[in-house]
Amino acid sequence: MTFRLTAPGRRFAVAAAGAAILAIALSGCGGTTKSSTTNSSGGPAAGASANPNGQLKSGLKIAFLPKAVNNPYFTTSDTGGKKAVDAVGGVYKEVGTSSATDTAGQVSYVNTLVQQGQNAIVVSAQDPGAMCTGLKQAMAAKIAVVTYDSDTNPDCRQVFVNQASAEAIGRSEVQLLAKELNYTGDIAILSAAQTATNQNTWIGFMQDELKDPKYANMKLVKTAYGNDDAQKSFQETQGLLQADPNLKGIIAPTTVGIKAAAQYLSGSQYKGKVQLVGLGTPNDMRQYVKDGTVQAFELWDPGKLGELAGYAAANLASGIITGAKGETFTAGDLGKFTIGDKGEVLLGDPTVFNAGNIDQFNF
Amino acid sequence: MAERRDGAGPWAGVATARLGGLVRWDVVVALLLAAVLVYGFAGVDNFGATINLSFLIGNTMAVALVALPMTMLVVAGEVDLSVGSMAGLSSALMGALWNANWPIEYIIPFCILVGAAGGLLNGLLVTRLGLPSLAVTIGTLAAYRGLAQIILGANAVTDFPQNYLNLGAGRIGTTPIPYTFVLYAVLLLAAAVTLHATPIGRSLFAIGANREAAYFAGIRVKRLKLVMFVLTGTVAGLAGVVWTLHYASARYDNATGLELSVIAAVLLGGIDFDGGKGTIGGAVAGVFLLGTLQNLMSLADVSAQSQIVVTGILLVISVLGPRVARQIRDAVRRRRSAAPAPGAATAPDIPGT
Amino acid sequence: MTAVARRAPATEIGVPGSKRLVDRVLRIRELALLVILAVLVAGTEVGNHRFLSGQGVKDLLLNAAILVIVAAGQASVVITRNVDLSVGSTLGICAFAGGDYLRGGGSPLVGILIAVSLGAGLGVVNGSLVSFGRVPSLVVTLGTLYIIRGLDSIWVGSREIVAHDLPAGFVTLGHGGPFFLPYLAIIGLAVLIALAFYLRSYRGGREFYAIGSNTEAARLAGLPIRKRITAAYVLCGALAGLGGALYLARFGNVDSGTGSGYELTVVSAVVVGGVAFTGGSGSVYGAALGALLLTTINSVLPSLGVSSSWEGAIDGFLLLAAIAVDRLVALRVANVLRRRNVRHG
Repeated sequence: MTFRLTAPGRRFAVAAAGAAILAIALSGCGGTTKSSTTNSSGGPAAGASANPNGQLKSGLKIAFLPKAVNNPYFTTSDTGGKKAVDAVGGVYKEVGTSSATDTAGQVSYVNTLVQQGQNAIVVSAQDPGAMCTGLKQAMAAKIAVVTYDSDTNPDCRQVFVNQASAEAIGRSEVQLLAKELNYTGDIAILSAAQTATNQNTWIGFMQDELKDPKYANMKLVKTAYGNDDAQKSFQETQGLLQADPNLKGIIAPTTVGIKAAAQYLSGSQYKGKVQLVGLGTPNDMRQYVKDGTVQAFELWDPGKLGELAGYAAANLASGIITGAKGETFTAGDLGKFTIGDKGEVLLGDPTVFNAGNIDQFNF
Repeated sequence: MAERRDGAGPWAGVATARLGGLVRWDVVVALLLAAVLVYGFAGVDNFGATINLSFLIGNTMAVALVALPMTMLVVAGEVDLSVGSMAGLSSALMGALWNANWPIEYIIPFCILVGAAGGLLNGLLVTRLGLPSLAVTIGTLAAYRGLAQIILGANAVTDFPQNYLNLGAGRIGTTPIPYTFVLYAVLLLAAAVTLHATPIGRSLFAIGANREAAYFAGIRVKRLKLVMFVLTGTVAGLAGVVWTLHYASARYDNATGLELSVIAAVLLGGIDFDGGKGTIGGAVAGVFLLGTLQNLMSLADVSAQSQIVVTGILLVISVLGPRVARQIRDAVRRRRSAAPAPGAATAPDIPGT
Repeated sequence: MTAVARRAPATEIGVPGSKRLVDRVLRIRELALLVILAVLVAGTEVGNHRFLSGQGVKDLLLNAAILVIVAAGQASVVITRNVDLSVGSTLGICAFAGGDYLRGGGSPLVGILIAVSLGAGLGVVNGSLVSFGRVPSLVVTLGTLYIIRGLDSIWVGSREIVAHDLPAGFVTLGHGGPFFLPYLAIIGLAVLIALAFYLRSYRGGREFYAIGSNTEAARLAGLPIRKRITAAYVLCGALAGLGGALYLARFGNVDSGTGSGYELTVVSAVVVGGVAFTGGSGSVYGAALGALLLTTINSVLPSLGVSSSWEGAIDGFLLLAAIAVDRLVALRVANVLRRRNVRHG
């Protein structure tokens, strides 16, 4: 009979090994904790200086990497990006994952783009930190890195093209809803995923805006998370309405959430009684504006956002800007833009869509 | 033909376990991998670049790690669909504990131990309560992911110490080998030796082929299965740590879908889902075949959607292939020898005749 | 004793008394689900009086209707000891197919028929692969999950169907209905009753149970296994297609990601409803109750103000509890049956 390490013996061996490893680890250095480390947050290599009078290089390979492909919002923005890239005589490409919560997939696309020798990467980040290693490697390989729509940590990119300042988005949503509610009543927020960076930033500004005394009769009772899933957003909206009979308004700063909330409201007894504002596309919301469920909502033109990002990338890759504060560049017929704090470029103010102007848009 | 009573699929008894048949599919996959690699080096720009290879290997590490114990588990006739959620839970814990100012040297072993605990729960439910592992691990898939969400909530923690992040994402010198590969190589060796050269490994094959016979042969079936589940959970916890350091981001939804990738790779590698057949080599070939294909397709600008279709087709072929081949062989053999049909030859004895 | 295998219908367990016992146990299982559901709803109503308002009841039924239909189809497959993981992708592609047709202007009925037919077609593919290829259904339907999802993404691209594209009558189908009873719930109930009747009273349906509880015996008894399994998958696919059409009506929005991940929800509903993976047991009513329970919990939590982070964990533990209870009950029944068989020889 051959010797066989019986299962209990084996388990003991595994446990002993584990304990040994633990002991070694504990006996080691005192411990690296969050408060004891100082991560160097150096910005991108400040070696090169900008050449504001330089020319746009031609034949630049600029790649767009949105949060997810097959998403109508990003398709519109990237079409705008293509317009910009074509205008500067570059080579356009769009790649991306099918799911907006596939951070590993998005990172591997960054790697692939670096491998393919792109001149610039324009990315809407699913996660603020996961992309950093790959993007830093890209920058080290002299690839221009521009983020748009959703930012990463500032030291992982050179320029961030923001649709509108987070502050303008947050505050204007509250202002829009307050006017519809006559500054009275309970309100709630229906957001996307709990971890979504842009939504959380906007919500922060919404909460700050509500501290103003003119909103004294309004109260934010709850923030619910619909995870950008239709059924979940429905159920969260139902929950909000049931939990608070005095709920008069909902802010849904996500294109998936607002159309789900609008679809639910338009088929329920709350239609017209509970106001809904948020960020939505004209095509998605057309039905609900026409049938009276929604009075007004906001967005920016994603096409212009993509276009601006494309121009920013081209200018960056041509050395005309380096992402430092105060630099300016021209973005075709969009005009001239100045870089602000932390490499941020603002497209402009959000646009308010309502029954009066919604038919002028097709995206 | 042995009657399967352990909840395996309806045709489990039809597939007679012959190592010869299996090895052939293993070899096919390995050859496929070699062919794809050759094509990549020769035909696709930038594939052979050192950085690209290191990306390829580094991004496949999590799946490759979990595929090792999963192979042993599937060989023993069980499955664990909760590995992705376990890795996510481990990652969420890393983030939460880091924010709570725990030293990282304590956090990492703790997360791995939590993985072991999760595997223990799975194993106890399957062995002590006798529940089918497929259903149980679907339940724990939801439960562990839910726990991760409760623990870390909305946060994404990214400020881990730089030297650990370098370990997670860096390469050894100028070679394409990431540091994490060293860890993988060690575990790979351990798994290969255990499964193919020790009595424990032989016991796993026996359990998978016929649980009752194994039991009567003196193998401690329940104990062994429990150990396998614990191992799977431990490695899943480790994979969560590796993932977090590699992508420098701890989120509750990390590694979502990892279980499907692992199972797809393991099945591609010729491991029979009903148990009793498979090799670690096949699993490794399957993992890297999938990873290489994805890398190649991305470099060749094949869209993400098309990549998904290719993965699905590969999966279907990987199960259909061996079965269809066997059926053809059986049909040919039947026609050649005018022997009675297999059904009559092996009809179970009618008691009392 | 003659060597002729008596062609006994495979559903008879042997002694009439034991058959009644199993039936009784199954009914108890479903009754238990009903009781849990009632307690849950009553408890929430106490905590929040608006939960059972007219709108509230309508919402509960609407939320569950689609899952009930798809879970019923999945139950038919699970009863034969198989599984169909591709239902999520099927729902998505059928929803878009129906919507694409309706966008060009057409009758809602034809739109629904298109969705159902496409689903049935995909079911034929699944069923053929599983029954003729004789491969484990988990693997095959995992593969078709990927294939259908990928093809859906390629076909749909970045297009989407929005509410504005749909005819008004179709949208009303999605939320309208007499009193508190939405049209979707009526459809769901009709499908449920029809399917349950087929499984209970038609030979084809009863043979699903036979195949699931003991395939070898079923084969030896001469049951047309391939035909039945393919039929089960066609049913499952068709109902997933119907679910897609109703999804379109209810949510008014379909794109390439619709239905992603839905398969896990459906399988959870089926397992919670008492249809075990070991096959041969459970009923579509149970699956429907499981679906109702799962969706109700996801409505109860927001209504009570519980943070949505808890939903995943609660769903998971509920699933585990259901599996454990089922197993214990099955063991009890097996024990009783064994003792009876010993007594009766």
